[in-house]
Amino acid sequence: MAQYNLKINGVERQVDVDADTPILWVLRDSLNLVGTKYGCGIAQCGACTIHINGKAVRSCSLPIGAAEGKEITTIEGLSADASHPVQQAWIEHDVPQCGYCQAGQIMSASALLSENKNPSDQQISDAMNGNICRCGTYTRIKAAIKTAAKHS
Amino acid sequence: MHKDRRSFLKVSAAAGGGMMIGFNFFACKAESKIPDFIAPDLQIPEKWNKLNGFLSIGENGVVTIMSPNPEIGQNVKTAMPMIVAEELDADWDRVIVEQAGLDTENYTRQIAGGSGSIRESWKELRETGAKARYMLLSAASAKLGVPMEELTTEKGKIYHKATDTVIDYGEVATAAASVEVPEEVALKDPKDFTLIGSNVRNVDGFNIVQGKPLFGLDVMEEGMKIAMIAHPPAFGMKIKTLDDSAAKAMSGISDVIRINVEPEGWNPQWSDVNAYPEVVAVVGESTWQVMKAKKALKIEWEKESELESSLDHEATMREALSTGKGEVARTDGDPDAAFAKAHQVIEKSYSAPFLAHNTMEPMNFYANVTADRAELKGPIQTPMFLEGTLAGVLGMPKENISIMMTRMGGGFGRRLYGHFGTEAALISKAVKAPVKLVYTREDDMTQGTYRPAYMTTYKAGLDKEGNLTALQIKGAGLPGSPLWADRYPAGTVDNYQATNFSLNTNISTGAWRAPKSNFIAVAEQSFLDEVAEAAGKDPIDFRLELFDRAKNNPVGEKNDYDAERYAGVIELVKEKSGWGSNKPGVHRGFSAYYCHSTYVAQVLDVVVKDGQPKVEKVYCAVDCGIVVNPEGARNQLEGGIVDGIGHFMYSALSFKDGVPQESNFDKYRLIRHEEAPEAIEIFFVDNGIDPTGLGEPSLPPIGAALANALYKATGTRLYNQPFIKEEGLLG
Ligand code: FES
Ligand code: FES
Repeated sequence: MAQYNLKINGVERQVDVDADTPILWVLRDSLNLVGTKYGCGIAQCGACTIHINGKAVRSCSLPIGAAEGKEITTIEGLSADASHPVQQAWIEHDVPQCGYCQAGQIMSASALLSENKNPSDQQISDAMNGNICRCGTYTRIKAAIKTAAKHS
Repeated sequence: MHKDRRSFLKVSAAAGGGMMIGFNFFACKAESKIPDFIAPDLQIPEKWNKLNGFLSIGENGVVTIMSPNPEIGQNVKTAMPMIVAEELDADWDRVIVEQAGLDTENYTRQIAGGSGSIRESWKELRETGAKARYMLLSAASAKLGVPMEELTTEKGKIYHKATDTVIDYGEVATAAASVEVPEEVALKDPKDFTLIGSNVRNVDGFNIVQGKPLFGLDVMEEGMKIAMIAHPPAFGMKIKTLDDSAAKAMSGISDVIRINVEPEGWNPQWSDVNAYPEVVAVVGESTWQVMKAKKALKIEWEKESELESSLDHEATMREALSTGKGEVARTDGDPDAAFAKAHQVIEKSYSAPFLAHNTMEPMNFYANVTADRAELKGPIQTPMFLEGTLAGVLGMPKENISIMMTRMGGGFGRRLYGHFGTEAALISKAVKAPVKLVYTREDDMTQGTYRPAYMTTYKAGLDKEGNLTALQIKGAGLPGSPLWADRYPAGTVDNYQATNFSLNTNISTGAWRAPKSNFIAVAEQSFLDEVAEAAGKDPIDFRLELFDRAKNNPVGEKNDYDAERYAGVIELVKEKSGWGSNKPGVHRGFSAYYCHSTYVAQVLDVVVKDGQPKVEKVYCAVDCGIVVNPEGARNQLEGGIVDGIGHFMYSALSFKDGVPQESNFDKYRLIRHEEAPEAIEIFFVDNGIDPTGLGEPSLPPIGAALANALYKATGTRLYNQPFIKEEGLLG
């Protein structure tokens, strides 16, 4: 076990965990930030997507040490009240079915839009292909990203 | 903060919906009862008046409606309360929806399965709302001193037009609670529905997009430990010896135990499907520590039955279909004689592999079992059956067991079989602490309860004019036959026979979204496409001719479908898709199917881009009777279509010596964004009939619409799933 200082959603947090612990489990188990989901643990499904310095990252496959000193943003920190344009668009398009994948989808989509205000269909696919939705909400996700692009 | 909130309100109003409020049991426990982000202008009442098991009304008119059924993403948590609210004439903007736990006194069918939540509870939900409305009216009539018949209701208010009086439900809620519940009440004429038929957003939408703790995996309780299990690596194996010394010595690990969910003399229910009753459980402080310790277990496994492989499975099914006896489920006319006379005979076989459910949220459950109580929380589609199993395994009366359903990260049938709940309970009991059992993706994907593997042979006889004179269907499954002997095309052919072959396997299987239909629809509708072509007929016209026969002069008496409604959706999709018009570069496939009392017809357009087929558009006509929540219904149907395209095209679970060869999403291929259709358009038949199922029916037919379109694009017929493995596909 070792001590780590993390900056998560703008707040400094200190945790005491094994050095090889992926950020995902630090968030979920140590900090009770359970919006970030576990789906595969091998960077294949995107359920665990967070932002590190603004970039979409699979938190299940990143040991804690790699995030020290960086800005970590989770779904809980994307906005205080669902006001982020991507969250708004998700509500407007009534995207979720079971909802389990959606935090990861939203984190991937918001990272895409922060870099590219007006992505093409191909750019949307490239950014979103790593996020599985078992319920099959892909067409709504794409529509919602386009709406969010208009509003951001 | 305040500004953000207003901007959110603006967007939500612009999209035409009211304020949707999600409310769940996690929130119940919070200090303020409801997080303030939900509805800044909604005052939570000080006092609730309970009118029945579904409904409480506050002094300010805010209504809480319980949603009784498990929510797996089929959106019943929105639709079921809508039905109650409709008959109550509640103001949806002042409704709070709350998930109920297992409560067999107040609710009759708390199951998420068989696309049955709405169709089975339709009447009960309506009566619940209507009876509460009656009680409010009765209280108002006493208060105002006017006869009940002179009162009307709208959006949570009671009107007495003659005296220009308006009172809010809240003002008479206390009095209404002591009015005797009426035996019978009149229900609305569906023509007068105002809420049913309108687009209402998912009540959990705000919580979901903010990552609120809604799911089983999100449960956190005081003193809770994390548990994981190790099950045998192969079907046909069990634990021989366990060396837990290394695992136990690891940091954060408190216990390693063996548990068995099927004690001696145990009498299983249908929901107790489980290939691995005995497993090793590792218990500790954090998920990561337990995951690591699990890898340090040294377990010796031993063989207890055959170790099966996919190649043997295929051979077994092929042999059964070609030389086996089978069980004849239905015969009309004289098929053998008809085939002998036929001008043309076509015979084709179709197959599909085992499939895992792969809910996005892996299996998990929270349990706290003490000497005389068991408290469980988690994702379960069949809480009442889990309760029964727990009572038996724990030797505890049902009254001492409570089960709370969390929102579920997918179900698809997997969570009908709640062994993971029982495992959590046994682990908690053994370690004397509350535990959350968590499956890794690998544990989940390799545990079993799969969609069975199937094979079927279709044989058709055509006369000179291209009329279908004979049809023979043989279906084999590992285990269980995929056939519905009395469904279409039964009833449309003079000489017909359906034969079942159920084969044995030690791989555990269970219901997977639209059981049996999820295979047989693809075979049947692909075959009919091929037969229509051989008959020189348009595939839609060919099917409509068969329905004419079923409408005018059906063969046999036990036909389990309504030919008018079936033909109706086909006509509708034909018209809406502009079938028959030739669009250059677009290859079209057609398919139609009936299951869960719902009729679906689809046209799927494929285009070829850079040598790769791509699904451009799906047109889908649906007859599911009254549509409670059109936006939610469209989402379900779209999901079924995408899910179907994905599994029929890409997914398979294969075996070698009993070992599942795919254990995570690197090998088990699921459909991804880029592969989903560009657009899906849904068309509902408006006929005012009581609602039928929606969670499953759009999935089965889409496989054939896809196969038929791919045939047009490539010239190759596809017989074996997943299609991606078939030769002749582009790319
Ligand atoms: S859990 Fe990290 S990508 Fe699946
Ligand atoms: S909404 Fe269920 S997995 Fe995406």
